Amino acid sequence: MNIHIKNGRVIDPRNKLDAQQDIYIVERRIAALGQAPQGFVAEQVIDARGLIVMPGLVDLAARLREPGYEYKATLESEMSAAVAGGVTSLACPPDTDPPLDEPGLVEMLKYRARSLNQCRVFPVGALTYGLKGAELTEMIELTEAGCKAFSQADTPLTDTRVLMRAMQYAATFGYRVWLRPQDSFLAKNGVAHDGEVASRLGLPPIPVVAETIALNTALELARETGVALHICRISSAAGVAMVRAAKREGLNVTCDVSMNHVHLTEMDIGYFDSNCHLNPPLRSLRDKAALRAGLLDGTIDAICSNHSPVDEDAKQLPFAEAEAGATGLELLLPLVLKWAEQERVPLLDALGRITSHPAQLLGVKMGHLTVGAHADLCVFDPQAVWKVAPAALKSQGKNTPFNGYEMQGRVRYTLLDGQLVFQQ
Amino acid sequence: MNNPQLNSHGELQHLLTTEGLPARIMRDILDKAATFLDNTENKEIKKVPLLQGKSVFNVFFENSTRTRTTFEIAAKKLSADVVNLNIGQSSTSKGETLLDTVDNLCAMHADMFVVRHSTSGAAHLIAQHVAPEIHVINAGDGRHAHPTQALLDMYTIRHYKKEFHNLRVAIVGDVLHSRVARSQIHALTTLGVPEVRVVAPKTLLPSHVEKLGVQVYHDMQQGLKDVDVVMMLRLQNERMQGALLPSAQEYFKYYGLTQERLAVARPDAIVMHPGPMNRGVEIDSSVADGAQAVILPQVTFGIAVRMAVMATLAGSKQ
Repeated sequence: MNIHIKNGRVIDPRNKLDAQQDIYIVERRIAALGQAPQGFVAEQVIDARGLIVMPGLVDLAARLREPGYEYKATLESEMSAAVAGGVTSLACPPDTDPPLDEPGLVEMLKYRARSLNQCRVFPVGALTYGLKGAELTEMIELTEAGCKAFSQADTPLTDTRVLMRAMQYAATFGYRVWLRPQDSFLAKNGVAHDGEVASRLGLPPIPVVAETIALNTALELARETGVALHICRISSAAGVAMVRAAKREGLNVTCDVSMNHVHLTEMDIGYFDSNCHLNPPLRSLRDKAALRAGLLDGTIDAICSNHSPVDEDAKQLPFAEAEAGATGLELLLPLVLKWAEQERVPLLDALGRITSHPAQLLGVKMGHLTVGAHADLCVFDPQAVWKVAPAALKSQGKNTPFNGYEMQGRVRYTLLDGQLVFQQ
Repeated sequence: MNNPQLNSHGELQHLLTTEGLPARIMRDILDKAATFLDNTENKEIKKVPLLQGKSVFNVFFENSTRTRTTFEIAAKKLSADVVNLNIGQSSTSKGETLLDTVDNLCAMHADMFVVRHSTSGAAHLIAQHVAPEIHVINAGDGRHAHPTQALLDMYTIRHYKKEFHNLRVAIVGDVLHSRVARSQIHALTTLGVPEVRVVAPKTLLPSHVEKLGVQVYHDMQQGLKDVDVVMMLRLQNERMQGALLPSAQEYFKYYGLTQERLAVARPDAIVMHPGPMNRGVEIDSSVADGAQAVILPQVTFGIAVRMAVMATLAGSKQ
């Protein structure tokens, strides 16, 4: 279908474009910006007056809960949440049941996602079988099946020899290893940042050294093996400083942060709000400030939703017994806009953290509006103010620490491959 | 953020923690408790009809004979109907969630819940969940809070020391795992005690404990010097696992309360313990049974204080 998106402010971070322009889509791809291509006849016109037209969002961490946890969420529910949030590409961690350690599982997931035709799903393969940290997965086979990187999700790999070999093997073929740094011994039974709030509420703590020790191990092994290392969901000031130093040294390391940690701290736990039971834990005000500084100076490359839908029953429990996680796909864009406004970050830079940067980290061709690119777009109203109401979320996971928050910026249209997949 | 224990009139709706509990409410509870105790030597507690026709459910997800019994006696002295439920882990292992259990008990027309649970925050969760006419008393949640214990401790201190503003108080032992210690610290600082100390090895103190308003000591000699009140904490045997302490013997050697150690405190210092005591682990028998110990009066006062808490809750506007 030929689509004409007119009168919008087009922001394309990859091409450093921020201008009032029309976009012309022909045959699922971006055919032209500004001037209509010769002989273009629009079959559909989207009037984007007052709206911002940007590449579809690329989210580095969204759990779809399939296979294995369909009671928490399904591909249908979460992909409709994704497009409602303007997300057209997402990476899903391998901690499904069974984990994504077999090419067949990955192919099945890709097939199911494709048939729903809502959002592109890029699986992250398990680094070790069953995420058990003992045997390497068939990384070549998994890559051929569609995996874009390899990770342990939230299951730490305690055997450093296995970790080193996994990195060596991945480095051999140029595969990227994604790790969320957390020492399993120091974090054992922990549910909250080892700080003032956990001490006051009597919550089992997770100290910052749980992150920095694991991070140091990962960085040392990356230096040794030369693997491309991506640090997921960094949470502490000390961790940001280590990544900054590693980047300065020239290590091939990249880093993301969850939108929750950009906005919240341990204080938000209040009186045991289980919506704030997250992995990694919300840390101190100082840590939040350091994460924001890390985003500003480029130490942290991307912001992800860390979308982890949890069923209602699993949250209706005392804080420590409640399952960690929060829904996020529908909140990623407004929370990035909020951060940009608070920190006075130009939209061109801010939106790059959820489009071109993560696309590059994932090694996919999405996340930009170059002529000839797949027409994955998000059109949003930067002025629209709305209140987060769990019942109104498309995601099956209704729990979010931002429940009741006022958001500014609302997705009006989402296009995937030149097709309108969401509008409101 | 609203204080979840107070209603819109600023009255006590639930008793969940001593943190953020206004000093006036604490003092009212202590004053009310005093009216339940007669002034004779044997400290008899009179039966009064304040909770006649009300049902108090003692819901214990974690076993405790002692605390449950004192709540039961307190409720009966107020003429309430008492239902005891030792749920232990059984109902959760049968698949029923905590809030389902609570819903079922609400359907049995409970007016007040006395809740103990092994997880921090359980009482808050229940308080948020129940209908506004139902009151929740936290009888201990995980490591978080044990407010009635702290209030009976405050009663005891006031009974023997009259004032709070001129005291030096030392809390000794496993602060890290102790809901009693956390509640004591908040109660003491709220009532105006100028110097609250904690004395323990670093493995038994939570990080940033000083932010609770206490001074940290690792040495008994220094920690007990010139204090007016020594509040001992129970040391669970399981702390010897998990690399927190090497042995009960070594702990007693450095942190056990002996007559010799107590000698550096003020001569009129009182010694308290929430019970049950581990003699020879945190406290020497000669101290536990000695002239400065007020451990048994604590238990009697505990009944009056729990009566006062229940009567206060029952008297709050809906």
